[in-house]
Amino acid sequence: MLVYAVKRIALALAVGAFVSALSFFLLYAAGDPATAILGPSATQVDIDNVRRLYGFDRPVIIQYIDWLWRALQGNFGWSYFLRIPVETVLEQRLPVTFLLGACSIIFALVLAIPLGIAAALKPNSFVDRCALFLAVAGQAMPSFWFALMLISTFSVSYAILPVSGSETWRHFVLPTIVLGYYAMPAIMRLTRSNMIDVLGSDYIRTARSKGLSSAQIVFKHALRNAIVPVISLTAAQFGFMLAGSVVVESVFAIQGAGRLAWESIMRGDIPTMQAIILVFSMTYVLLTLLADLLNAWLNPRMRLG
Amino acid sequence: MSTELDYRTIDDVSGPSPRTVLLRQSVRHAGLMIGLVILGVVVIMALFANVIAPHDPLAQNLDARFIPPFWMEGGSWTHIFGTDHLGRDYFSRIVYGARISLVIGISVACIAAMIGVTLGVASGYFGGYVDLAITFLITARLAVPVILVALAVAALYGSSVKTLIIILGLLLWDRYAIVMRASVQQIRELDYVQAAKIQGCSTLRILAAEVLPNLLNNLIVIATLEMAHAIILEAALSFLGLGVQPPLPSWGLMVSEGREQILFDSWLIAIPGAFLFILVLAINLVGDGLRDVLAPDSRA
Repeated sequence: MLVYAVKRIALALAVGAFVSALSFFLLYAAGDPATAILGPSATQVDIDNVRRLYGFDRPVIIQYIDWLWRALQGNFGWSYFLRIPVETVLEQRLPVTFLLGACSIIFALVLAIPLGIAAALKPNSFVDRCALFLAVAGQAMPSFWFALMLISTFSVSYAILPVSGSETWRHFVLPTIVLGYYAMPAIMRLTRSNMIDVLGSDYIRTARSKGLSSAQIVFKHALRNAIVPVISLTAAQFGFMLAGSVVVESVFAIQGAGRLAWESIMRGDIPTMQAIILVFSMTYVLLTLLADLLNAWLNPRMRLG
Repeated sequence: MSTELDYRTIDDVSGPSPRTVLLRQSVRHAGLMIGLVILGVVVIMALFANVIAPHDPLAQNLDARFIPPFWMEGGSWTHIFGTDHLGRDYFSRIVYGARISLVIGISVACIAAMIGVTLGVASGYFGGYVDLAITFLITARLAVPVILVALAVAALYGSSVKTLIIILGLLLWDRYAIVMRASVQQIRELDYVQAAKIQGCSTLRILAAEVLPNLLNNLIVIATLEMAHAIILEAALSFLGLGVQPPLPSWGLMVSEGREQILFDSWLIAIPGAFLFILVLAINLVGDGLRDVLAPDSRA
């Protein structure tokens, strides 16, 4: 277990370093940051001063290491546009996005796991067909369009829920449905196919021949094994949902990190963009790491891999 | 003994050819057939857009703005889907929009396939350090938030149909690489590949003649699913203002342009979004159906 854990953590660190470098250089290549700060009418003297002040005159590698080192300490530099430290904005915006992400993943799980189990118990039955239809439709649904159609129905036509904003829990209902439905199909399909595999295995047949009740077999014996890979997938889906929050938060005007990312991109605020890309990808790396470690702990066979 | 009986015996022994079996299975697969019909309609729309569209999709007519579609009050058959905020014929824009979605979907699926297949095959066939390095690349790629990076790059390097295709093509190769790697790892151990190796065939020949033909089925399935993925991402980027630029009629952009009319003319949003949904649904149905027919063991 220890060897596996050390290997897995090393991989996570390497991926983290690689992705952070990628996001830094990708945006670094986009032009002169000093001009971006001062605007097009700046004089050469001003530009030179800003370069020295911000350290843009140093070699790129040094700048990257310096940026990463500060970022690890929670210091992401100054926002070009807002003229305040990036971490101050992130402190306000990130909790909103994580709250939305948590609500959505819970919604997705509550929908996907019972549906997946029900579908697996009777493959090709009516329930299975319905679950499959929901999943196929969910994968094809453009989330921005789904969001707008929900607004048009529930906020405009019936006026049950607010159109946009993030002040009360009622503002989170529609975004949670949209983001959760986006994450649901993959989880449902995996639960279903794992459950079918496990239900066909020898130890379930033994349990049946021992005369255990179906409920006991399904929930105590089968589900426990079928659910293990779902943990990894859920962690990964949470990471994808953070990226998906860019679209959903923009539609519902939620003051979260996703909307901040879009705003920063639109106004060329590179330090904020870099910080959000870094935070989102590191969350993914960390969550998949934790899920893999949890998996290895639950399922000793995985540690050999 | 009649000759008729002889034929039947021969037929029983040899059975229908694999191709016939495949065809029969495809025709019986309802999802695949529905998907293919819808996809066919959209492809015809895109190919013959100039014949089908009754109006110029870019021609503005400020005297005829916000005409509702024919099934609503005030609608007419001259503009069956009505007109938008600049008085452009909505149906013609939808028809031309099919071109953009399909061109982007197909090109992205192809570019991503080239990258993904190369990486996946190399990683699965050579193993060792090559595999380690490529697995690392795949893991790193999965950690990159696609929409965010695509948006950022489009904002910095300009967003046109061409840059969109390149950006998405460079991002969406992961599934190809993962599946190709797993299948090549299995194929590599098969007897005929080993036999080719012993005979002294070059690596390139083994890959091209023995390994690649076996990957084709899986490749088609993933390409279909990635095409759907690319179309939906293009629409999302265009919706956010960093994809296809006006006045081009991209369905995602049309939803975005109709957004201000959500209170009174919500059909401006409903129609292009519905086309997007149905197209992506159809492509996914085709992909899932092909997987059932061509590569049933790879079903997830």
